[in-house]
Amino acid sequence: MSLAQTGRRITLLGLVLLAGVYVRALAFTPLERFQGPAQKIFYLHVPAAWSAMLAMGLVGLCSILYLIVKDARFDRFAAASAEVGTTFSLVMLTTGPIWAKPIWGTWWTWDARLTLTLFLFFLFIGYLLLRGAVVEPGLRARYSAVLGICGLVLLPFIHLSVYLFRTLHPQPIVLKPSAPSLPGSMLVTLLVSFAVFTLLYVGFVTQRYAVGLLREAQGKEHA
Amino acid sequence: MTDLLRQAWTVARKDLLLEFRTRTALVSALVFTALVLTVFNFGRDPTAVATIDLAPTILWVTFTFAAMLALNRAFQLELENQALEGLLVSPLSRTSLYWGKLLANLVFVALVEAVGLPLFVLFFDVPVGRVLLPLVGVIALATIGFVAVGTLFSALVIRTRFAELLLVVLLLPFLVPPLIGAVQVTARLLGGRPLSEAAGWFRLLAAYDIGFVALATLLFPFTVDE
Amino acid sequence: MVALDNVSFSLEAGQTLAIFGPNGAGKTTLLKVLAGLIRPDAGRATVAGGRGAIGWIGHQSHLYGHLTVRENLLFWAALYAVPATIRATRADATLRQLGIADRAEQARWSLSRGLAQRAAIAKALIHDPPVLLLDEPFTGLDLAAAAEFRALLARLQGAGRVVVLATHNVGEGVELATDVAFQRRGRFVHFAPRGARGPAQIADEYRRAVGEGEGEGEGEADD
Repeated sequence: MSLAQTGRRITLLGLVLLAGVYVRALAFTPLERFQGPAQKIFYLHVPAAWSAMLAMGLVGLCSILYLIVKDARFDRFAAASAEVGTTFSLVMLTTGPIWAKPIWGTWWTWDARLTLTLFLFFLFIGYLLLRGAVVEPGLRARYSAVLGICGLVLLPFIHLSVYLFRTLHPQPIVLKPSAPSLPGSMLVTLLVSFAVFTLLYVGFVTQRYAVGLLREAQGKEHA
Repeated sequence: MTDLLRQAWTVARKDLLLEFRTRTALVSALVFTALVLTVFNFGRDPTAVATIDLAPTILWVTFTFAAMLALNRAFQLELENQALEGLLVSPLSRTSLYWGKLLANLVFVALVEAVGLPLFVLFFDVPVGRVLLPLVGVIALATIGFVAVGTLFSALVIRTRFAELLLVVLLLPFLVPPLIGAVQVTARLLGGRPLSEAAGWFRLLAAYDIGFVALATLLFPFTVDE
Repeated sequence: MVALDNVSFSLEAGQTLAIFGPNGAGKTTLLKVLAGLIRPDAGRATVAGGRGAIGWIGHQSHLYGHLTVRENLLFWAALYAVPATIRATRADATLRQLGIADRAEQARWSLSRGLAQRAAIAKALIHDPPVLLLDEPFTGLDLAAAAEFRALLARLQGAGRVVVLATHNVGEGVELATDVAFQRRGRFVHFAPRGARGPAQIADEYRRAVGEGEGEGEGEADD
């Protein structure tokens, strides 16, 4: 079975399971006491952010591996991961405000997760822009790898900055987006959602990688 | 080690000599700084928001923009003079090349900041007298951070179209930790808060500097070697 | 596309290798590998004394427009570890050797093309390198200047140097060579001591080995 087909099947499976998560979240998971039905987007919102982070981590890892071994496959994977990461970040950044408005009364908050995802988004966009701007494949791979590694190292600093910022600026919001301990069935839904999003990540990246291979074979510049 | 530093200084001295011969970049950056500060002044309502609340942000936005103007000249100048190949063929170590460029960029930005800070104090009437030393300290720390990353990235964009724009886009996320830290510390300093309150931010700035200077030094050879 | 294919040779002091080949044959790539600018995918290039032992004359001037000729030479001398005490004297001597001593205080941008080229040669010689790598050094030189340069090369050869000269014009530099190579599509299709062969004979052999002298344009771009 070709790579693209494998990718398609995994993605399809992921989407089906995602629908399953939806159903479970909406119908079979209890309502959160304070936030009501709108809280349920949390089951999509959090794993999407996680997938974006995973995507960035893999971009960084593949970048390091590429610089060490100079194997073009790592570069291709990094590019695919970056594109998928951009999509997941975008999903998170659009669902975030949709959730925030009814719960917190405002479209945007500078809470840790949203802020981090926003930066992830900017990092991904920068990465893709750089790839678009450098034509020669060898150069492009090396330059992207450098940027990818820097992006990965930046993440903990952003996290620290946001954390420091927030501890010194108490948020006016009393409700926290995620309670440290969730009752059983909520936890299950959340974990299942994590797994599904990871599956989706794998599916999307596989497909994107396959497309990249195809494009290279056809001699197109941007793999 | 001393060899590395000596070579880096040779490169930096050459860059600074060239810059002072032509002076265009330096003068542009200085004029730009003055302009931005002036515009900020007219863009605010002193009765609505106290200057002291906005001041740190104004200062740092000005410094960052001026710095970003400076960053591209480092490798652009090598390309324009057809000298980059010569540098790579010579026994100059890639680390020395990066440090030399970093040093030249730092001197350049420091000059702009040295003019910008007094202007800022003048225009916005902020009391920096008592906190001058720690203020200069935090300016130095933050500047090293974003100039280190900026110098590395400027090597990535030299041959692209819209190099200056791409550099800014790539660099902005990396400016955030030093920028937040700098603004927070500056705000506390200007507000007369005790230094100990800003300790966490100082540590963040220092960690960022060490981390990214080291990382950039490590990664720089990959931007110039095939 | 392969820029260099199975090229293997060694040179000793006193040898001058002239590499003739059409554009795109890989001459510049070979020189860059020798200079350490490009790391080959397979194999190794070693120059006794490393990069500090190499004087390079190529397409790019390596001189800073707004610095004077002397300032340029002093800068490169410093990079090539010429001891500080003799830098100035060495610079003056090199300028005299190339007949541009009177231009020492002129900014490079103000020099005519011919003089700028001489300054570039001065830069290559400032550290008295035992190895000279010359990539199309006769480009843009008029007949008189080319003759002068040939005479200079002949003087430099004698001092036990290794010279590698790459050019697409079989007429230039044949008399200077102790060894001759023809390069085509990345390979050496001929490599032998010049022996008693004269320019006409070499040109003839070249045409037969490589085909028409100019404009084949196949293979990877030289740089």
